[in-house]
Amino acid sequence: MNLQSLIEKLTVNLLWLAVTELPADVKKALQDAYMRERNPVGKIQLKAILENIQLAEEERIPMCQDTGLISFYVKASSGFRGLSKIEEALMKAVKRATVEIPLRPNAVNPFTQKNTKDNTGRYIPYIHWSMIDEDYMEITAFPKGGGSENMCALRILKPADGLSGLKRFVIESVVDAGGMPCPPTIIGVGVGGISDVAMNLAKKALLRPISESNPDPIIASLERDLLRAVNSTGIGPMGLGGDSTALALKIEYAHRHPASYPVAIAFQCWAARRATARIHLDGSVECLSHRGRDLL
Amino acid sequence: MKKIELCTPISEENIRRLNVGDYVFLNGTIITARDLAHRRMMKYMAEKKSIPFSLEGMALYHCGPLVKAHGDEWTVLAAGPTTSMRMESFEDGIIENLGVRLIIGKGGMGEKTREAMRRYGAAYAAFTGGAAVLAAKCIKRIIDVKWLDLGLPEAVWIFEVKHFGPLIIGIDSHGRSIYEEVRAETLRRLSGIIKDVISE
Repeated sequence: MNLQSLIEKLTVNLLWLAVTELPADVKKALQDAYMRERNPVGKIQLKAILENIQLAEEERIPMCQDTGLISFYVKASSGFRGLSKIEEALMKAVKRATVEIPLRPNAVNPFTQKNTKDNTGRYIPYIHWSMIDEDYMEITAFPKGGGSENMCALRILKPADGLSGLKRFVIESVVDAGGMPCPPTIIGVGVGGISDVAMNLAKKALLRPISESNPDPIIASLERDLLRAVNSTGIGPMGLGGDSTALALKIEYAHRHPASYPVAIAFQCWAARRATARIHLDGSVECLSHRGRDLL
Repeated sequence: MKKIELCTPISEENIRRLNVGDYVFLNGTIITARDLAHRRMMKYMAEKKSIPFSLEGMALYHCGPLVKAHGDEWTVLAAGPTTSMRMESFEDGIIENLGVRLIIGKGGMGEKTREAMRRYGAAYAAFTGGAAVLAAKCIKRIIDVKWLDLGLPEAVWIFEVKHFGPLIIGIDSHGRSIYEEVRAETLRRLSGIIKDVISE
């Protein structure tokens, strides 16, 4: 199989896996939230979520009807031949997955309101590229629903407001979002950089496994403090009240300009769908997000 | 919690019995409508054109289902709720003029809808957001589909449902909203939470 057809095939399977089966860390976080939840209405919501996850997995049906707008994160070694053909392979895979799984057609032209019906369009699926000095390539499929995406927020704070401003902005954004982003959510916070960098980092933070804190102990402690604060708001599952407003809060940062302090907040719904494959130079493939799964 | 079984058509009397926080399952007919279908219903009403389905005593579901075509037939694979707040500007008019008794969605609705529900006797029920396969399992049959020209998610799907839920009454016909109550409690806690986290 050449690289292009290999990527196409495995990406259809990655999308299939992403929309039907949550990664083990997300499932565990939801089970833990169910055990901890003290509000009876919140507990009913979490129970329905767990039942739904199981049904979707058993029947290989998308867990949510909103199968999202699709992004890919591609990390590639320059050792691969035919890298310039990967975008085309990913496009084809999305079109195939839309029919085969199926996915809900979600790509709409913002001026004509016309739906392309195949989940592809201008800049969609969006592909984030990075080059790595390794002997492999990694592809993460990241379909993201509209409900949580609609609550993402970006603000350029005054540097004088600094850390206090950041904390206030995070908490207020969670309160404003209420039940809209389908809590319990995962919250990604991107700090610094320029505006687009901040949001990119917030999104990247969502890809980090739930149990993995920021390697910097000071930032890890800020993640814990903010998560605790968010979970004391009482918003709860689906905004109906309870202890579980977020499963995790992850922070990524970049250095900033002296005059600006950008903070971006990306919400991910409980259906935190992602699937990652690693492709080695010899053509062998392993699934990193769902251990032991065959992708070819 | 006590479970309440509700059947369509729903009478005003039965709706008035429901209170915020009640745990409900629905049997009968539900009709999906999201942004574009709401806009078209409003347009038809303004133009005095007849709407090709009846909402009288029915449940309106904010949902754009994922369906699979088999020739001319459809099956519903996933049918969870969409964010109801997007329909806030239309819903009071729909409740007032079309006799709908139950609105099902996620995330809650605003003051205009709450007031229309109080005045005309309707309620809002929350279905767990994203629990779309669970919802599809409760759909026993597609009775009809209208306005397919709006696209698959935006079309009006008429479903026969059995034991559809879990539903939590989020807004009742007595003027109470669980969302406003949760929000009020959150806002009461907010300054303390911010103060604590800033001092950490």
